[in-house]
Amino acid sequence: MVTKTTTINVPKVREDFPILNRQVNGKPLIYFDNAATSQKPKSVIESTDRYYREYNANIHRGIHKLAEEATLAHEEAREKIGKFINARHTEEIIFTRNATEAMNLVAYTWGKANVGKGDKIVLTIMEHHSNIVPWQLLAQEKGARVEYVKIDDEGLLRQDEIHELIDETTKLVCVTQASNVLGTINPVKEIGKVAHRYGAMFLVDAAQSVPHMGVDVRDIDCDFFAFSGHKMLGPTGIGVLHGKREHLQTMPPFLSGGEMIREVHTTGASWKDIPYKYEAGTPNIVGAIGLGAAVDYLSKIGMENVHEHEREITSYAIRRMAEVKEITIYGPKDVAKRVGVLSFNLGDVHAHDLASILDEEGIAIRSGHHCAQPLMEFLNVPAMSRASFYIYNTKEEVDVFMNALEKARKLFAR
Amino acid sequence: MSSDIYKDIILDYYRNPRNFGDLPEPDVRAKDSNPLCGDIIEMQLKIKDGKVDDVRFKGKGCAISQASASMLTEVAKGKTLDEIKALGKPDVLNLLGIDPGPTRIKCALLGLKVLKLGVYGYLGQAITEEVKQLV
Repeated sequence: MVTKTTTINVPKVREDFPILNRQVNGKPLIYFDNAATSQKPKSVIESTDRYYREYNANIHRGIHKLAEEATLAHEEAREKIGKFINARHTEEIIFTRNATEAMNLVAYTWGKANVGKGDKIVLTIMEHHSNIVPWQLLAQEKGARVEYVKIDDEGLLRQDEIHELIDETTKLVCVTQASNVLGTINPVKEIGKVAHRYGAMFLVDAAQSVPHMGVDVRDIDCDFFAFSGHKMLGPTGIGVLHGKREHLQTMPPFLSGGEMIREVHTTGASWKDIPYKYEAGTPNIVGAIGLGAAVDYLSKIGMENVHEHEREITSYAIRRMAEVKEITIYGPKDVAKRVGVLSFNLGDVHAHDLASILDEEGIAIRSGHHCAQPLMEFLNVPAMSRASFYIYNTKEEVDVFMNALEKARKLFAR
Repeated sequence: MSSDIYKDIILDYYRNPRNFGDLPEPDVRAKDSNPLCGDIIEMQLKIKDGKVDDVRFKGKGCAISQASASMLTEVAKGKTLDEIKALGKPDVLNLLGIDPGPTRIKCALLGLKVLKLGVYGYLGQAITEEVKQLV
């Protein structure tokens, strides 16, 4: 088999990320916590800086030049993001604070208006808390039920349970496209078809997929699609809900007040058209502009190349980790079925101890329950360590990481 | 090979915890967890003449949480309940011999919190803000 070499010029990419020059505890930073948040390239940092230096203004209603430029930049970002996920219409892109808020938006608007007593909401056991708790609260309020599709030994969703749990009583199916713990890429298009066959709505949590692989909301044919900007090179505080236009037009508003109204009288108010109906108050203008610059950066590299690079690093890391008998890796071993999120445990070394030891070596990983406690309970694992990769990570960094794991193993083995 | 925050003494208490397990007839039990890490500590106390006559702990979690709890059981034995109430963060850091830093300090203080919860529980007194804020 010919090994495909990475199509990303990693040394050049690394030059674009100023933070990668810093030292941590006297060692060069190795940033393996990308599933929590990614680092930012100069082009993103500069785009936000330029907004504040050159055209800072509130958007939409201003008549002056700065307001016009800021409005244009904000709406251009929306357009870029729509194209990036292949949205049919730009107005299907609603800006939120993050993926969590995007999913809450659906729960509080569509959910409250459409879910009732005895209805079923189907989730999976590998969901992040942000794709569990809003539905639990909604179900409690409405007297609905929440059920979970389990996983098999490889960390893949059980097809039999998908077909068993989704039925005529199901109003909503919510699935992550890529697990933030197992890395598993789920067959969302196929699950969506099952949901739609029973007339249920289909929501995709794309927080871990949009940053790392090409996505196409038209192809997936989901009703709602949520992701965060900060995990894909963008600033914190900006996220996106994509919804099919016909749903967004008929759903009730979420937050209310300024920016989202058409007319307000003492007796009531009417709403603007989408997307503005769901964007009350002055939005995170600079966040949207920064996310637009992040999308430009990723588009230039090409999402297929991003995915291929991460597959290569992940495959290398899995191979190296498999050499250490004390290491347990969670999730599919086949890199074709996963993104570059690698959760593991090293013998009985607690994940927090491991993270502290790696930190001393300048290596940033995450440890704990990864906001997926139902999954941890299902797997009966109290905590895991997680290394997650991105475009700027290298095999050499994986080697340093492996040496640090060996150091931890020895330290705790005595 | 040494790691700055994992001094030999911490690893030793983690691997060979002193006073680990159950007391036959404890006068009071207290338990708490650190929701961020999932560290769990339970303490069982035998009280005699206003002093800690015996103490055992059980738990699951990282080396820092388990070692500091174990060290505290040794310190607690023979102390009056007022002396236990007066123990604070500096005492724990002193025992560990390191400052684990802002992200790990709660691991280190969980044992102290549970010990104090036991004493306040035994005395039937309300838990103070100081204790609540330890972890």
